[in-house]
Amino acid sequence: MEIKLTLNGKTVTDRIDPDLLLIDFLRTHGCYSVKRGCETSNCGLCTVLMDEKPILSCSMLAARASGHSIRTLEGLQEEAADFVGFIADQGADQCGFCNPGFVMNTIALLREIPDPTDDQIRSYLAGNLCRCSGYDGQLRGIRSYLESRREKGGSHGK
Amino acid sequence: MINIQNYVQAESLEEAYQLNQKRSARILGGMLWLKMANCTVGTAIDLCRLGLDTIEETDSRFSIGAMVSLRQLELHPGLNAYTNGAAAQAVQDIVGVQFRNMATVGGSVWGRFGFSDVLTFLLSADTSVELYHKGVVPLETFVSMKYDRDLLVRILINKTPGRFVYQAMRNQRTDFPVLACALSCVGGEYRAVYGARPGRAMLLRDEEGILQNGPCAESAEAFAAYAARRIPTGSNSRAGAKYRTHLVSVLTKRSLSKLGDTREERSWK
Amino acid sequence: MENKEYRSIHKSVRKKDSMQLLLGKPVYMDDITPKDALVVKLLRSPHANAIVRSIDVSAAKKVPGVEAVYTWEDVPQNRFTIAGQTYPEPSPYDRLILDRHVRFVGDAVAIVAAETEKAALTALRLIRVVYDVLEPVLDFRTAKDNPVLVHPEDDWYPPCPVGGDNRRNLVASDVSEDGDVEAVLKDCHIVLERTYHTKAFNQAMMETFRTYTEMDRYGRLHVISSTQIVFHCRRILSHALGIPKSRIRVEKPRIGGGFGAKQTAVCEVYPAFVTLKTGRPAKLIYTREESQIAGSPRHEMEIRIRLGADRDGKIRCVDLYTLSNTGAYGEHGPTTVGLSGHKSIPLYTGNLEAYRFGYDVVYTNMQASGAYRGYGATQGIYALETIVNELAEQLGMDPTVLRDKNMVKEGMRMPAYYNEEANACALDRCMQHCREIFHWEEKYPVRDMGNGKVRAAGVAMAMQGSCISRVDVGSATLKLSEDGTYNLIIGAADMGTGCDTILAQMAAECMDCSIDDVAVFGADTDASPYDSGSYASSTTYVTGKAVEKACAQLKEKICSIAAEMLDCRPQDVLFEGKRVRRIDSDRAVSLEQIAYKSQVFNNTAAEVTASHSSPVSPPPYMVGMVEIELDKDTGLVTVLDYMAVVDCGIPINPALARIQTEGGIVQGIGHTLTEDVRYDGKGRPIHSSFLQYKLPTRLDMGKLRVEFEHSCEPTGPFGAKSIGEIVINTPAPALTHAIYRATGVWHREIPITPEKIALSLTEKNNA
Repeated sequence: MEIKLTLNGKTVTDRIDPDLLLIDFLRTHGCYSVKRGCETSNCGLCTVLMDEKPILSCSMLAARASGHSIRTLEGLQEEAADFVGFIADQGADQCGFCNPGFVMNTIALLREIPDPTDDQIRSYLAGNLCRCSGYDGQLRGIRSYLESRREKGGSHGK
Repeated sequence: MINIQNYVQAESLEEAYQLNQKRSARILGGMLWLKMANCTVGTAIDLCRLGLDTIEETDSRFSIGAMVSLRQLELHPGLNAYTNGAAAQAVQDIVGVQFRNMATVGGSVWGRFGFSDVLTFLLSADTSVELYHKGVVPLETFVSMKYDRDLLVRILINKTPGRFVYQAMRNQRTDFPVLACALSCVGGEYRAVYGARPGRAMLLRDEEGILQNGPCAESAEAFAAYAARRIPTGSNSRAGAKYRTHLVSVLTKRSLSKLGDTREERSWK
Repeated sequence: MENKEYRSIHKSVRKKDSMQLLLGKPVYMDDITPKDALVVKLLRSPHANAIVRSIDVSAAKKVPGVEAVYTWEDVPQNRFTIAGQTYPEPSPYDRLILDRHVRFVGDAVAIVAAETEKAALTALRLIRVVYDVLEPVLDFRTAKDNPVLVHPEDDWYPPCPVGGDNRRNLVASDVSEDGDVEAVLKDCHIVLERTYHTKAFNQAMMETFRTYTEMDRYGRLHVISSTQIVFHCRRILSHALGIPKSRIRVEKPRIGGGFGAKQTAVCEVYPAFVTLKTGRPAKLIYTREESQIAGSPRHEMEIRIRLGADRDGKIRCVDLYTLSNTGAYGEHGPTTVGLSGHKSIPLYTGNLEAYRFGYDVVYTNMQASGAYRGYGATQGIYALETIVNELAEQLGMDPTVLRDKNMVKEGMRMPAYYNEEANACALDRCMQHCREIFHWEEKYPVRDMGNGKVRAAGVAMAMQGSCISRVDVGSATLKLSEDGTYNLIIGAADMGTGCDTILAQMAAECMDCSIDDVAVFGADTDASPYDSGSYASSTTYVTGKAVEKACAQLKEKICSIAAEMLDCRPQDVLFEGKRVRRIDSDRAVSLEQIAYKSQVFNNTAAEVTASHSSPVSPPPYMVGMVEIELDKDTGLVTVLDYMAVVDCGIPINPALARIQTEGGIVQGIGHTLTEDVRYDGKGRPIHSSFLQYKLPTRLDMGKLRVEFEHSCEPTGPFGAKSIGEIVINTPAPALTHAIYRATGVWHREIPITPEKIALSLTEKNNA
């Protein structure tokens, strides 16, 4: 079947099998940031934005995404670059395999709740597993990003 | 790995219903459960274009489209005001935000899964389901109906005055519950619902009038014992029956205590 | 040394690959290898112990897109081990690529290679296998001398004498002791005897096992694998496939986590075999389920301890016996078990008069175990630290004070640790420091919070090693490039830990340059100098020392080229980082000039390779304290605070050392509270997905606080010891302790689920 969607701002049309999962569609279209970590919708590694909402691309049919707008980390490099340095400063990137999903969901979090509390950060990102960092470094990174933004007097959120 | 031969976004409920009459057809919910199935689906029917992704609130009820996500349920101000936040409580520990953006209320209810927090919560309210063919059926009836080829269109919650408490025990914060308990007093009637027993959620009424003078320490104790007697539990990888029955009692007592707190002045010690 | 000012080490710099990783660039195996490779899938046994009577692949081969299907009849018949260890491996040669005898649920039965995943999966379904199902060995307590043999084959071969005997289901067995255990125990006021049980926890790194293989332009087998051990992997493939090592090249890209899992060549042989047979590129990516059920998890162990002490809390004797379950194959079986005693008992060197450490490692028909961060020390320390806490509670003594009295201190010789001396040991300071930041005096007493909830605290110490002494080798090649910067080439594998960065920090420190001026490459058997690989906590300590050596040697070479340019002898010049100067004048040449000179009429290579191996393995030390809130009605444990103070010598990169510690602690919390390993009655694993095997989320771990107490290890690079493994060792005993404090019940098996806690309390109340 044929689908047409907006991928990182560009229109993409393709012929696909009806059971093709969005994650596999995205990787075939060069979005290698999208990772698979489980088959049971538990890990959050494959997080992308569909119509600006975070979803699991491993559990979404590509067919279903037809007509919608999909964003992957490839399309949000600038917005991500804004804060990921703070994660790097903590050394919390570690193996990096969970990073794209974590970064995508953090972008979603900061758009929805521009100035989140620690508890809000923890619960919004609860579906993003990380086996390396123990999570605390990620939290410190986000927190120091928020602090630096506050110091700069920058506007909260985008 | 699931194998889907044909995918259709239905233009009308009638089309979806007709397509669904084939045994190999499947209505898609959030796909979170279905995608793990190792089976072949002839036609996957998507209801996404039928406007079923909204919660409509009137003076007398909430009408929740089958395609409404758990996240919408979690964030809906009216629904949470009416249920004392129980709607949000029931879903907020389910995996993660991304998952809840996808999982649908319709999928959760239609599946009638044993582990379902959603079903447990909805049974504690004055809830019915709107089926395309059979019409409006009380949720309590629907829960024990056989799976058929009908369509679940909406979930309807009557705003019968009530108070709600939702509590669940989980081994890990975003796991399936080991036991879920939704307790309410709706239109003067106490309803205690137990999910993840691990079987399908069961609704228990206060048939012995234990709570007729309202919940207090003694009546809560008695009602907890009554629930522990009446609610069958079983074992699975998460816990054994004995512990679950213990939890029936613990969560019942705690829920009644919290329910008591939502009232004005009651003798609670 | 400790107070010296450094430019590049002892600094929290970003990992060299940070921004690539955080911005999602394609750096992992599946991102960088061709998409048209054959998809390799494995048919796995549904039985725990069976013989393939017949196997019919004709229908599978007919599926459009299927290139090949292989069974036990197609593979070489020479046994090998997939354990990544220095040759000769202590692990037995007990594997074939495909064996007619399948030994656990998930063991490989057939290999399918196809153009698409769909075709491969369809073919898998069409393979018809008739099994002769045999009775399995599923209880490791009855495995030894069981009439059912997991490895009855005649060609079972142990390359090292480790006390194994396949006719007894025994992989290894040994006893070592010092002093007269029985006499000392007899003389002790109090002797505790306890048995503890830990399970086969899964590393669950986010990137599952995966390997890509192709024939390169020289007709050699080129392997790109997510591995910690490129050189061992080359040898393993050579043994398994029966081809010379010179025909194999193994490289690793970025790795999505390993934690020891990828110290075993879990999946490499299958695509390699396909590529050899078909000549075509092949790719195998394990599903999460495959990683969970056919990976290389921790060894399940049952540890029995007799602890002898005096009334005043003097610990005089430890008698420790470990029964270890290696599962269906023996990878790392003989070695992990050693750490359960040798890296636990020395913690109590203080007053120890005698110790005995015995063990048996047995085969069962369960998933084969392997290397997992902590490598046996975790299991031993869980048991020993718990019995010491039991002793403290029995004596009514503060468990931190009991430890103060007995712990190993700097300068002590450790009989249970191969008689090594504790050169650098700040364990006593770690305890003191942790007690202060944790507010132990306030938190140790149990506090009733009302509503059935109590708060309580627990404590544990830990140690590990910093390498495999007298065995493993680390190497570094350092090259001067023409702009006066350096290339550092290593064979160790950065699996996210940041070793590329900390080794560059060391090189920058030695060469007096910026860290950005050191480009790191690793690891590739064709290009890298030999390195055992990244395991046994050794990269900082061993490979780091090799970097130090390489830097010193390269400086000499640079000076000798410069001397030629400055018309003097090499001993008359001074290396000043950016330039080399004559001692007697201001004449100098820049590094860039020297580098260019090295490319013109030059007979001195501007590069060196240095290797390092250590006769000792200095332990890092650590103290962990945890505060929990326990719900006595539901049994739910909520971790509130976890505080740890670590002595890893001088941390080369404190931020990375801290993250290592935090990550290790959270894994340990998972093993103790949420991650359960269960099989059904037929040996089928229940923990086969993340739906069932519950890693801690960020809501499950409480607050972490990690600090360091420095010591200076004279044999380590810049005083450093290891950090990677020790950090996983304290949560199990500390949490077990806190749960006892809250409930009055000792749980001697992990994980400790809410169910176990709640039911034990009901039992206690009924008694």
